[in-house]
Amino acid sequence: MAKQSKKQDQNTNNDPNTTGHVWDGIEEFNNPLPRWWLWTLYACIIWAVIYSIAYPAWPGIKSATPGLLGWSSRGDVAADIAAAEAANQGINDKLVAADIVSITDNQELAGYAKTAGAAVFLTWCAQCHGSGAAGAKGYPNLLDNDWLWGGDIEAVHTTISHGIRDETDDDTRFSQMPAFGEILEPAEIEQVANYVISLTGTPPDAQMAAAGETVFMDNCAACHTEDGTGDREFGAPNLADAIWLYGGDFDTVKQTITNSRFGVMPAWSGRLTEAQVRAVATYVHQLGGGE
Amino acid sequence: MTNYFKLIAFGAITLCALIAANFARDAAYMINALTIALAAFAAFIWTLRQTDDSRVMPDLSGEYLDGVVRAGVIATCFWGVVGFLAGTYIAFQLAFPGLNFDWAEGYANFGRLRPLHTSAVIFAFGGNALIATSFYVVQRTSAARLWGGNLGWFVFWGYQLVIVLAATGYLLGATQSKEYAEPEWVADLWLTIVWLAYLAVFIGTLAKRKEPHIYVANWFYLSFIITVAMLHVFNNLSVPVSIFGSKSVQVFSGVQDAMVQWWYGHNAVGFFLTAGFLGMMYYFVPKQAERPVYSYKLSIIHFWALIFLYIWAGPHHLHYTALPDWATTLGMVFSIVLWMPSWGGMINGLMTLSGAWDKLRTDPIMRMMVISVGFYGMSTFEGPMMSIRAVNSLSHYTDWTIGHVHSGALGWNGMITFGALYFLVPKLWSRERLYSLSLVSWHFWLATIGIILYASAMWVTGIMEGLMWREVDANGFLVNSFADTVAAKLPMYVVRATGGVLYLSGALIMCYNLFMTVKRSPAIADVNSAVPAE
Repeated sequence: MAKQSKKQDQNTNNDPNTTGHVWDGIEEFNNPLPRWWLWTLYACIIWAVIYSIAYPAWPGIKSATPGLLGWSSRGDVAADIAAAEAANQGINDKLVAADIVSITDNQELAGYAKTAGAAVFLTWCAQCHGSGAAGAKGYPNLLDNDWLWGGDIEAVHTTISHGIRDETDDDTRFSQMPAFGEILEPAEIEQVANYVISLTGTPPDAQMAAAGETVFMDNCAACHTEDGTGDREFGAPNLADAIWLYGGDFDTVKQTITNSRFGVMPAWSGRLTEAQVRAVATYVHQLGGGE
Repeated sequence: MTNYFKLIAFGAITLCALIAANFARDAAYMINALTIALAAFAAFIWTLRQTDDSRVMPDLSGEYLDGVVRAGVIATCFWGVVGFLAGTYIAFQLAFPGLNFDWAEGYANFGRLRPLHTSAVIFAFGGNALIATSFYVVQRTSAARLWGGNLGWFVFWGYQLVIVLAATGYLLGATQSKEYAEPEWVADLWLTIVWLAYLAVFIGTLAKRKEPHIYVANWFYLSFIITVAMLHVFNNLSVPVSIFGSKSVQVFSGVQDAMVQWWYGHNAVGFFLTAGFLGMMYYFVPKQAERPVYSYKLSIIHFWALIFLYIWAGPHHLHYTALPDWATTLGMVFSIVLWMPSWGGMINGLMTLSGAWDKLRTDPIMRMMVISVGFYGMSTFEGPMMSIRAVNSLSHYTDWTIGHVHSGALGWNGMITFGALYFLVPKLWSRERLYSLSLVSWHFWLATIGIILYASAMWVTGIMEGLMWREVDANGFLVNSFADTVAAKLPMYVVRATGGVLYLSGALIMCYNLFMTVKRSPAIADVNSAVPAE
């Protein structure tokens, strides 16, 4: 058959095996369907029938055929998740039961918490803190030694569990810096902004910076302490370490003093399991800044 | 007399559009209304100049209406370059986000330009190519002048208006957020009118054909026109928030809306980019090869199989979503069965060349058509494969999909259109031959290398990011963040954009070549009269 049709192709336009129709000079051969084409089509149809019997496929009035294999995409995912959870059940229990400060000393737990924590971090934390944890404007860098609320493993664990200024969590870390635009005179704000910058660098106006010291002591030192090193009790940032969450240029500092800041981090204890919170706390703690 | 009615109508439309522009609630709507006012006013002036003209119109019924095809060829070239340029630019934006300039934010950022690119290439470039070639082919294979007098011209200009309305709308932020169906209700309503006129012209011409049978190319064109009309209407069922605003609300919601959208989306590929372009292939390949079509029987079987099966395959775009499993199973099995019916077109295209394979050496246009059919075969294998659940769980949402679409769009749709344009221009402008065949070769190689760079870069990056997303460590935890995959894709994005530059350069060379053909090639006597072939 195939050979014969090849022979036909050798013929020219006046082939006896054309259909006899001509459109604008175009003719059509009457070649049969290629066998391999036809059989592949049949095979696909047979496969389709078998597959649609094996898997959920044909809709009825109230529901569709469930398929002989009983497969469903949701069931598939649920089984995968259950299997993964079962596999990690033992070590998760150990992680939760362990004294949190001793996790890093236990090689097995530390190794597990680091990889599990990395996965949690990349899924839930990287959106704000960056996938490398270096933070961004308004979102703290977790690699350095500067901690707003404390950098030991327990403090990190508390921060993650209850969040910062998260109204939905009763135990959330909370503090509020006043907006000094409503308290101080504009000139005083300029003075104190110069002073704050002078703690770590050269202020735009040295005279104003000197005048700002009094303003600072009267208004800011209660939380940020007299030498400006901050107080972790209130999450009051250290102003003397040249690390800036919102920016250390004059305009930004002035803006911060005038309007205040109110950074919020959600509490994760409701969304993540205790094992996950402990894992991600361990992961963050070992990134470089942990105390 | 009818001219007076037309004048009243055009005048009224101009006035209404100006009123609408005055009350416009958003910029996109205002610009659309002003565009419509301008178009209606131009039509008003044009009609006015024709009115009371005592010239006796010659009887043209024995001649083909080729003016509108010539206009379509020019529009195809123009929109092609616009679409390829937009595509190349957004490819660079993806590689180098800094190209989303602050000063152009809200107009020329990726989000605004992406629908501009897809609509420009699919609907402006592809649509004009389909309208122009279908008008040419239906006249030649029916041995009849286009039906409806100047209705063909209405279709052409009306369609250009749709494109302008849609494109300006995108840039100003009017979108339904439905992929490939982004235009808002004003453009949608107008497209419906234009499309029904197109259907009337096409069926009218078929009805008055002088040939006993309808040629296979026309089956495909007709199925494309009818199905796109149906898809367009159903997927755009929406209620405008205000008659003076561009925003509208979809009638369907949730998963039903998703289902209708991908029923539309998949068949935009199936009927616009496959059936319509198969119509093109079935005329231009045998003409250029000067050989009979390989198998009449195959063309019948694969036509009906393709038409019947394609319409069910949409749910494979919604694997692992809120769509119930049974629906995605059906979408998947219909996609698999669709494999051979799709390949029927490839076999008929390639085998038509048997006995004339030597032309591949001498005729770069033929080479273009053959590689086009080759890419068609590759994409129509890749598509069913990607519709399989297990494959789709890796490929979905990755660049693999983008690569798949582009090997079809650049390879199949683009190349067959270029081949048809090279065939048409000397015929339409009564030129002896093209200006330069070596420029066609340049175009061929630039485009081919461009596609290969594009497709292979997207395969690599698509499979890579799919694997990175699902990569887990020994304890079953995910290893990579989304941003990690984005960073890993940069080199492939640069390669992809480079492929786009090559493809665009090829198209520019084609435009130059076609322009010089019209300008410089020696003329021959006009052969465009509708004499039925014996």
